[in-house]
Amino acid sequence: MSNTIWIGTRKGVFALRPDPRRRSYRLLGPQFLGHVIHHVVQDPRDPKMVLIAAKTGHLGPTVFRSVDRGRSWTEAAKPPAFRKLAGAEKPRAVARVFWLSPGHGSEKGVWYAGTAPAGLFRSSDGGDQWEPVAGFNDHPMNAQWAAGLATPDGEFLHSILVDPRDARHLYLAISIGGVFESTDGGRDWAPLNGGVAADFLPDPAVAFGHDPHRVEMHPTQPDRLYQQNHCGIYRIDRPAKAWARIGEAMPKAIGDVGFPIVLHPTDPDIAWVLPMDGTTVWPRTSIGGKPAVYQTRNGGQSWRRQARGLPPRNAWFTVLRQAMCVDNRKAPGLYFGTTAGEIWSSANGGESWRRLAQHLPEIYSVTFAI
Amino acid sequence: MIDRTVRVASPLRSYTQGAASVTAQGDSVAELLDGLERRFPGMRFRMIDEQDGIRPHIRLYAGTREIRAILEPMGAETTLHIICALSGG
Repeated sequence: MSNTIWIGTRKGVFALRPDPRRRSYRLLGPQFLGHVIHHVVQDPRDPKMVLIAAKTGHLGPTVFRSVDRGRSWTEAAKPPAFRKLAGAEKPRAVARVFWLSPGHGSEKGVWYAGTAPAGLFRSSDGGDQWEPVAGFNDHPMNAQWAAGLATPDGEFLHSILVDPRDARHLYLAISIGGVFESTDGGRDWAPLNGGVAADFLPDPAVAFGHDPHRVEMHPTQPDRLYQQNHCGIYRIDRPAKAWARIGEAMPKAIGDVGFPIVLHPTDPDIAWVLPMDGTTVWPRTSIGGKPAVYQTRNGGQSWRRQARGLPPRNAWFTVLRQAMCVDNRKAPGLYFGTTAGEIWSSANGGESWRRLAQHLPEIYSVTFAI
Repeated sequence: MIDRTVRVASPLRSYTQGAASVTAQGDSVAELLDGLERRFPGMRFRMIDEQDGIRPHIRLYAGTREIRAILEPMGAETTLHIICALSGG
């Protein structure tokens, strides 16, 4: 079975299937044409299982599941939904399922989902039935953590990370809200935002209310996390409580604003980001119309521009937070999708790039599946 | 309870096996929707959220009367129209 690059778009699901040497790719799809697809995620514990976070323009959010690598799909019997609220409680309803994360390797069938407005949900049966994680959704601080600066779509809960050494050790991120950690399987949570700037807030030295765009945990060194934030690129090495702004080492003309950050599958010092324009009114396009990936090979002490093969000018696209991924090869392949419907790939760690697909709908997620 | 007609907009017909019109029983809109959910599992949540709110791009009409809350009675109206309202590309 060849690898698959799953592509979630504003108008459906597509896939790219490479030949074994990654020289040619076959574009498959669309499936779910017209559906808004925020995330397509394979289960590494059971590679035949794939979950999709979906809604349509008209209809409410749901999850679709495949147990045959995406050949056929069924809808979750009980999609993520907040508990029914009573009395004076502020009612919350899931507007979209935004993020999907498989659970710990020892917990087959466990999945987590993040939603907008910010909610955390758990399934223990492979994504068919979802329950709210009360420890987070009903935490006494939840209304403050998840409602700092409500954006029109509500806050997004994303980057749900499970420590491969301990199923009870979880992280999540809310944009806008910050990064939060649980060490007891989600029963209690605490902010983990020390050292992170929140320069859009009246008081930048807050404990929460930050805007993490994407957080990644290194799979072979789970104490190391990287974060692409609205206010820069950060790294933390636990048990430290404070993040270090490694984006300070980026070229000043580029800055360290972006949506995605992705990590080398085996080397915890290597990461890639895709900077965007975060000046003035926040265009969020590639900077100066010249898209470029930046790579660090030393944990963020320095960054190197990787733009060979990318458009040298007049390319004003955006790459959203789920729309960049790394494959599992020894020389990792990188993939990103743009809001202009293009898929770009590098088979040599970002040294050179080529376009694999164009004219797709606006791309929301790009994920690798074995 | 009498049989009532439910007119189903195209985005929801994957649940009704393509049928544009189905029948359901109920004195209120909520009862009709519960009946639809029993026959077509999953359909209700795509229209009505977990707090019983009508989703932003769904409109319900009892005859020609717009429904603002699902507990409203159907009254003498024999048809519930489920309309999908969306703008933009």
